[in-house]
Amino acid sequence: MKITLKIWRQANKNAEGSMHSYQLDNVSEEMSFLEMLDLLNENLTAGDEEPVAFDYDCREGICGMCGIVINGSAHGRYESPVPTTTCQLHMRNFHDGDVIEVEPWRAGAFPVIKDLVVDRSAFDRIIQAGGYISVNTGSAPEAHSTPAPKRLADRAFDAATCIGCGACVAACPNGAGMLFTSAKITHLDNLPQGQPERMLRVKAMVAAHDDNGFGGCQNIGECASVCPKEIPLESIAQLNRDLIASLFRGDGRAQ
Amino acid sequence: MASTSLSVHQKAIRSNVAKKALMAVTGLVLICFLLMHMFGNLKIFVSPEAYNYYADWLKHDLLYPILPHGWFIWLFRIFLVVCLVLHIYLMAILWNASLHGRGAKYVRKNRKEQTLSAKLMRWGGITLGLLLVFHLLMFTTGTITPGFAYAVHDPYHMFLGAFSQWWVVLIYAIFVAVVCMHVRHGFWSAFTTLGANVGPGARTVLNVLAYFVAALLFVGFILPPLAVLLGMVS
Repeated sequence: MKITLKIWRQANKNAEGSMHSYQLDNVSEEMSFLEMLDLLNENLTAGDEEPVAFDYDCREGICGMCGIVINGSAHGRYESPVPTTTCQLHMRNFHDGDVIEVEPWRAGAFPVIKDLVVDRSAFDRIIQAGGYISVNTGSAPEAHSTPAPKRLADRAFDAATCIGCGACVAACPNGAGMLFTSAKITHLDNLPQGQPERMLRVKAMVAAHDDNGFGGCQNIGECASVCPKEIPLESIAQLNRDLIASLFRGDGRAQ
Repeated sequence: MASTSLSVHQKAIRSNVAKKALMAVTGLVLICFLLMHMFGNLKIFVSPEAYNYYADWLKHDLLYPILPHGWFIWLFRIFLVVCLVLHIYLMAILWNASLHGRGAKYVRKNRKEQTLSAKLMRWGGITLGLLLVFHLLMFTTGTITPGFAYAVHDPYHMFLGAFSQWWVVLIYAIFVAVVCMHVRHGFWSAFTTLGANVGPGARTVLNVLAYFVAALLFVGFILPPLAVLLGMVS
């Protein structure tokens, strides 16, 4: 099939970017979206043009590295019948002659580094602030030594499937990182191992979220609708509950 | 930055989530007020005496003798103004955070979940504020008096005079329509912000309630002016 790509090209962080058009013939519908971009880059390289920079790693939908906005939706979610990452979106979801618009994640906290690559280290800083539990290292403890209720363990596991791709931020009209942060909160706060640091964790992660320039949540739900791992919107309510409760506790007060 | 000297606890208190929680509480207070106001307006269908007596009772006798005559209305007005000012002040701060948060605009954006009500929360809220000023200038201060003479002790005839004009009814129809949209998203959003969205079932319940409260307010507020305009109340 033949397609026309309109791709955001931006030389570096400080450069002005703009949309550029490229024609691609011989696109197979078996290709993933990233393989289609590989084909484009081969053509560009052969023509002595700068290839389009985009992030990827596993190409199996589990690492969270890839992520671009396709026709206005993160990971091209609205082109796909199922929740997907960009690497798992296939060209069979498009038609011959389509014009496809490709843009990077756009959010204040995710500055564009080049073309379609953005700096998502703000997520790392949220994790550093509290997305962990403190345990002694050494041999792993016996798995059954700490019982976890099945229902809560399931909730924690569902939330733990977040791959930190940033689609939630890209889709949010406010550029909020609430679905990501709340997935981490829901993951750790529902497990016995997460309890000692629970109140401090939510305060620290919410503070880091705001400090890194993410916006506020309006409970619209765009984030959950594009999430490749189907992190549910109610995770955000869990974060809200925990934060409000934590405000009545002394954790994190200046000594 | 000044914020680096704050403790984690202080940052949490100043966080967007905490601000939103306060915005949710003040918003719910205002929704409760609207429900009460709407219900009171329906007294117009009972009798002129009932309507005027109710209005007079609100202003002078409510909570008497716990409070002296006429105190309640002022305490209540102060309380509402504090809620409204907080709600607007927090909106301004959060709007600013969102403008920075969203960064550069998309060339093309495709929103799936965002309803018109959700999209218009801020601009709709500002519209509500302006219409509220108009409303107070009409019936509370008597600065704008289309079709009626300002009479503190006869709100029934002020109501009748004002809503006998089609354009006043039209402005109020727009007013309550914007209220309805704002409450529709606001009700759901407030409860979610306070943590009530515990699962898909709760999401459905909250949304159904939001639609119900919004529709109730719209119908309850628009019925009396419409009845006056159509000559069903005279």
